[in-house]
Amino acid sequence: MIAFAGVTLRYPGATSAAVDGVTFDAAAGRLTAVVGPNGSGKSTTVRALLGRVPIEHGSITLGGAPLGSLAREAVAARVAVVAQREDLVFPLPVHEYVALGRHPHLGAWGRTGARDTAAVADAMHQAGVTELRDRKVDALSGGEWQRVRIARALAQGAPALVLDEPTAFLDVAHEMAVFELLSTLAHSGHAVLLVSHQLNLVARFADHIVLLHHGRVAAAGTPDDVMRGSVLEPVYEWPLLVTRDPAVGAPTLVPLRSRARVSTRPHDTP
Amino acid sequence: MSLRWIALLAALVLLLVLSVSVGALHVPVVDAWRGLAGSGDPTVIAVVRSLRLPRAVVAMLVGAALGMSGGALQGTMRNPLAEPYLLGVSGGAAVGAVLAVTSGLPQPLVPLAGFAGAVVTIGIAFAVAHAARGRGDPRVLLMAGVVVGAFANAAIMLVLANAPASTVRGALWWMMGSVADASWTQAAALAAYATVGAVLLLAWARDIDALALGEDTAAGLGLDVERSARRIYLVAALLAAATVAAAGLVGFVGLVVPHLARRIAPGRHRALLVACALVGAVLVVAADLIARVARSPAELPLGAVTALIGVPFFLARLRKLS
Repeated sequence: MIAFAGVTLRYPGATSAAVDGVTFDAAAGRLTAVVGPNGSGKSTTVRALLGRVPIEHGSITLGGAPLGSLAREAVAARVAVVAQREDLVFPLPVHEYVALGRHPHLGAWGRTGARDTAAVADAMHQAGVTELRDRKVDALSGGEWQRVRIARALAQGAPALVLDEPTAFLDVAHEMAVFELLSTLAHSGHAVLLVSHQLNLVARFADHIVLLHHGRVAAAGTPDDVMRGSVLEPVYEWPLLVTRDPAVGAPTLVPLRSRARVSTRPHDTP
Repeated sequence: MSLRWIALLAALVLLLVLSVSVGALHVPVVDAWRGLAGSGDPTVIAVVRSLRLPRAVVAMLVGAALGMSGGALQGTMRNPLAEPYLLGVSGGAAVGAVLAVTSGLPQPLVPLAGFAGAVVTIGIAFAVAHAARGRGDPRVLLMAGVVVGAFANAAIMLVLANAPASTVRGALWWMMGSVADASWTQAAALAAYATVGAVLLLAWARDIDALALGEDTAAGLGLDVERSARRIYLVAALLAAATVAAAGLVGFVGLVVPHLARRIAPGRHRALLVACALVGAVLVVAADLIARVARSPAELPLGAVTALIGVPFFLARLRKLS
């Protein structure tokens, strides 16, 4: 659905590229996670989809159509994005906020119809926020706010969903709720592209992982392919142990204390 | 329609009736109506038709235009302190007007010079923001507007430093805002500008909704962020410039009105902009009434009265928000 082919992205005036020759795709029915250290270019890939960073080389295609050939509203009808930052200075009731997701489908005067109303109700139901519909968004907890943002993206009715750090600042229960929701959406047919620092949750929920380092793809594949100490340690530049979670069987990352960097380090147990 | 909307409309109608009726020459409401219809005492007819009604209409349009301009800018810039005068409109308009006064241009040309000054500074602020690669970045445009406005204020001080006292007084009075010299010609011109500006802002209200979520989210909703923001800034600034041409600088309205209007229309921007227009109209018509009758037959500066009325409401609103 979303395909990056040899994409190089550079912010105006920057001496070096933020993303350099990156190739990967986020297919329908799959949860694809982009991971990597701070500054590795993860969020820049999302901003490129938003048209906020110029593409210097390569191409990004959405369902086979080059990003540059599509009008902004046509892009929004194909890909819904939950950006990293969003602080509402003037808070709205939840149902009005979610209804803003219909923006790409409305005419010049923004008149909404039964189809829009149904899409908003369905999005709130899928994200589990129907009971919050009359609350102001500034009265929501962090977890509720993230689910409401996902509902707004779902209301866009796009086949692809892109989320940049949707679980930042959330506790374990809310993190799990968001990952469960994204997994459900992916397996119901959406192409879900997730940028995250939560490697252990990504390893449990993602079908495909792309590891970025200094703007390049350092590794890509299934969680078992990428979640290896020998792959992750040079990228994060920190001693790491990857073991297997006894309860769920997923690869699990354990960062070690720094003194273990040169002393005996247990082998990975992939 | 909720009670708050009805109360707001009723307040506007009541204030317009009072504006036509109350003044140095008291005209009972019934006589005012007859005067408007062209019957009764010729003096009353002249006062009501040629002085008070155009004045009340211009005050109403000034308030509506400044209120809508402020509401659109605060939403687009995601800044509760944004207001049209911050884009350099006030400084530029004042430079134009002061230059007109000091160079001895006829009085009717002063508002036009003010409008021209406002338009020029809007252009400079946009050019500065563009040169700084701010594109649609509201922070860069706001800073450019503040800097250009400060430069304009410095220019005013230079011009007024050696001007005769009468010129300084005239320029200051204009800078404090007034609708005392309102005419039907002014009202018609302002109505034309305000209608075009209002229609455009209402048409773009859903873009303001999206921009209020942040630039990345707005882009994700399919908006060309820079283009949308730029045209909203431009129309909001031109609306404010049109009010400057009609009434000089009427401060505080663009800042305070959107905050008051959110009590009536707390959701999306189409309803909010309509509420801004009504609240702005009520505020300025009420302020002009007070400016006229508080020390009658002398007049108070309109801009000072709008601030005196608006500040307590603004503080009450802040207290409630905190």
